[in-house]
Amino acid sequence: MRIPCPLCGERPLEEFTYRGDAKVKRPDHDAPIEDWVGYVYVRDNPKGDHQEHWRHSGGCGSWLTVNRNTVSHIINSVEEARQTEESRISEKTQEKKLA
Amino acid sequence: MNYSMTSLIKQAFQGHKGWPVGWRDPEPKKQYDAIIIGGGGHGLATAYYLAKEHGLTNIAVLERGWIGSGNVARNTTIVRSNYLLNNEIPLLEWSLKLWENLSQELNYNVMFSQRGVLDIFHTNGQRDEAVRRGNAMIMNGVDAVMLNKEEVLKQVNIIDPDNGRYPILGGLLQPRAGTARHDAVVWGYARAADRLGVDIIQGCEVTGFLRDSDGRMTGVETSRGTINAPKVGVAVAGHSSQVMEMVGIRLPVESHKLQAFVTESVKPIIDTVATFGVGHLYISQSDKGGLVFGGMLDGYNSFAQRGNLPIVEDVAEAIMMFLPTLGRARLLRHWAGVVDMTMDGSPFICKTPIDGLYLNGGWNYTGFKAIPGAAWCFAHTMVHNEPHPYNAPFDLDRFSQGRPVDATGGGPFPNHH
Repeated sequence: MRIPCPLCGERPLEEFTYRGDAKVKRPDHDAPIEDWVGYVYVRDNPKGDHQEHWRHSGGCGSWLTVNRNTVSHIINSVEEARQTEESRISEKTQEKKLA
Repeated sequence: MNYSMTSLIKQAFQGHKGWPVGWRDPEPKKQYDAIIIGGGGHGLATAYYLAKEHGLTNIAVLERGWIGSGNVARNTTIVRSNYLLNNEIPLLEWSLKLWENLSQELNYNVMFSQRGVLDIFHTNGQRDEAVRRGNAMIMNGVDAVMLNKEEVLKQVNIIDPDNGRYPILGGLLQPRAGTARHDAVVWGYARAADRLGVDIIQGCEVTGFLRDSDGRMTGVETSRGTINAPKVGVAVAGHSSQVMEMVGIRLPVESHKLQAFVTESVKPIIDTVATFGVGHLYISQSDKGGLVFGGMLDGYNSFAQRGNLPIVEDVAEAIMMFLPTLGRARLLRHWAGVVDMTMDGSPFICKTPIDGLYLNGGWNYTGFKAIPGAAWCFAHTMVHNEPHPYNAPFDLDRFSQGRPVDATGGGPFPNHH
């Protein structure tokens, strides 16, 4: 499996660290206990497309949101979990160029 | 027909043409007293214990593929009870006790071989852990022996004795542990259950659950029609999330894959199960001569029953570090099994929030050894509608109640257990 890092290009699996389900959201501080139990322990476990967090730990260090099929391992999309300043700037320049 | 020396001799004179089939291939009935979903080791064994221990013989085991087509045929066949926590040892030790008499009980040779499992350690910290675990085992009535370096090298004489980086300091041995023949376990339980009247129905996929107006379980929809039963047990290792999702139950489970490997046959060189404490490597030799070994999880959610290459490399490196003599052994096959990894590394053998629905899953690649004990407890739970003390810690509520059974202290990260 190779993951196309938006900053580094396609890199081998060994450079990445897996974190898991990207849909988990930290509940509000005063949310009921069930929400917290769900946040800590319960996960989506689809047989098919899965939204997940990876870190390019052996490369640029970015956190990535990867949409990957858990049966075929085909990667549908990779995005930065949070855009970096650099990619925001390069996007703006591209927009300017297009304009 | 009972398998015995007499029946063997008799069949030998008939050219082995008179052996009866091991189990029937019945059409599903409309109504059963209990249904087990999943014709693997746990499912078949549960049906057997329901019939044998509780006299419940109007039972069906529903299997999507063919019996034994899942993880029971994809593991490294290790059986042991060398665990750490007081609430997990009794279940595994009960299982080991059942293994010790399983061939006689099932009238089927499961080739259980008590060749010992030897956990080798390489640092002082690992020695402390081994002493602690060994003492926990002895306190729970399990056999445990600490070996020094010389004793380890005597038992496994192909280890590199002078590894500079990770020297062999000693090992924790469980002499009663060992290996069994995986297919024989499936076939033995299937035949024994069938002889007690259990219907084993292959090629029958469960597509939905049926419930009455009070929400109680009343049966299942399958690819071969509706089948009714007041009690349904789920034992579908690797796909527990998918099956439980049909009734809206989300589990604290991720499906991961674990690889196993076998080399070409070689002469006998290792007569125990050795595990190495650096990284993750466990190795034994099958009766056919193949070296069977495995490593860590691939590390990310997957339902592909095939392994990735970085783990192959990782395991090969570990072998070269400890058993350099195997450097020229050729890998014959490698494969992967899809396992339920839970948030604390421990299984579920329990009731569910739905009346009449029971779950045996979340086995975290340690399911094979637990087959007899866990299935025995699961049958007990299904009949009495409450757990046996052995499986009481392994319920779904343990996370919300703050009592996970987390032997490694890994926390809620399934790929770290």
